[in-house]
Amino acid sequence: MILEMKNIRKSFGSLQVLRDISLCVDSGEAVSIIGPSGSGKSTLLRCATFLERVDGGEIRYLGRAACTGEGEYASTNELRELRRAFGLVFQSFNRFPHYSVLKNITEAPMLVQKRDKEEVLETAMGLLRKMGLESKRNAYPCQLSGGQQQRVAIARALCMKPDILFFDEPTSALDPELTGEVLKVIKQLAEENMTMVIVTHEMPFARAVSDRVIFMDGGVIVEQGEPEQVFGQPTQERTKQFLRNYER
Amino acid sequence: MSFSTMLSTMAAGMLRTCAIFFLTLLGSLPLGLGIMLLRRSKNRLVSSLTRVFIAVIRGTPLMLQLLVWYFGPYYLFGASIKGWRFPAILVAFIVNYAAYFAEIYRGGVESIGVGQYEAAEVLGYSRSQTFLKIILPQVIKRILPSITNEFITLVKDTSMAFTLAYQEVFSLAKQISASQTSFMPFVIAGVFYFIANYAVAFAMERCEKALSYYN
Repeated sequence: MILEMKNIRKSFGSLQVLRDISLCVDSGEAVSIIGPSGSGKSTLLRCATFLERVDGGEIRYLGRAACTGEGEYASTNELRELRRAFGLVFQSFNRFPHYSVLKNITEAPMLVQKRDKEEVLETAMGLLRKMGLESKRNAYPCQLSGGQQQRVAIARALCMKPDILFFDEPTSALDPELTGEVLKVIKQLAEENMTMVIVTHEMPFARAVSDRVIFMDGGVIVEQGEPEQVFGQPTQERTKQFLRNYER
Repeated sequence: MSFSTMLSTMAAGMLRTCAIFFLTLLGSLPLGLGIMLLRRSKNRLVSSLTRVFIAVIRGTPLMLQLLVWYFGPYYLFGASIKGWRFPAILVAFIVNYAAYFAEIYRGGVESIGVGQYEAAEVLGYSRSQTFLKIILPQVIKRILPSITNEFITLVKDTSMAFTLAYQEVFSLAKQISASQTSFMPFVIAGVFYFIANYAVAFAMERCEKALSYYN
């Protein structure tokens, strides 16, 4: 089990965003999380990546506890170690504008993970090739399209060799035209059995790439299962209602 | 006194003016960074004390601060102030400009989106790595126009060292003008300040251009 989240609770002030949510992800699994805005999908990812602190519940990576009980977190050092287990791709890319494409990808592995420069460069070039961005290695993010920037962000996350990769609405900031090229890359990762959790509004995509689909609403998991089941024969009325909006 | 004698007499003053300018920047640019970090400290006491410090420095005339730094040691502690003139001028200028730079830096730092911090955090950058590698370079680009303003003001503010009878270009202009009953020293001083600021603006524009490879 790569990720185990158990009974996660999270409130912002009086607003309870996550109510006792549990999510486990196995090695090689691609999990999509769908649901209306404000359902807590992004907050769940932000809790999983330690960008938000939970109020209660457990988070484990590869069996090692990041957080237990009533939101008691492990030491800063332990959390730094555990961060190596995951990568995160943001909706707004968050690429470093002052770095070239290549430096965006290679700095963290060299600086943070202290990996060998030659090896990192080789890994990064391999990833750029895979993303179809080999020729852009010396470009700056502002010279790239949104789709290209997001692919750089994906390469940046992958170069850290994470065990699991989170996507927080990776195509929501993109023109429909550019969405496809990013989804294609994610699909390719799924075929290579990369462990992934993808928060998305792209229903056909979620249906095509996921091993499991989770429908969230109001801070709880309403329904989950294989994509054909959740999309084809949803059992919950709320799921049916939500999916109906996408059929038109 | 011929024009060329005036010019060569004032040249020494120009050098002293340049010395104040460059040494002030050398001290105040890094000191401002430190003050900004204290100002943004999570420790309430530290940040409030820093805020008061900045308020006092910005709220009182630099000319008064020069007098306080120079004569303060004598009046407060009875210390000898022999040889303290130039150091006092530098301390006054550095502390004064650092307070302004601190606030400019703060504006720059606070204009950087939270996404940059989050991306760096998830990639495992430490807090100091995030600041030095990710945030600061972007801040410098954003604040350059404001920094240029301060540089130009500083070139002209150096004339306040006149208050402590330091022989920089403005003091000399005034002295020579009085002794020679000539208007020319003022013209020379004016042209000197103008050229110096033209050079500062030119150099800073080059810096901005050098950083325009991204936005």
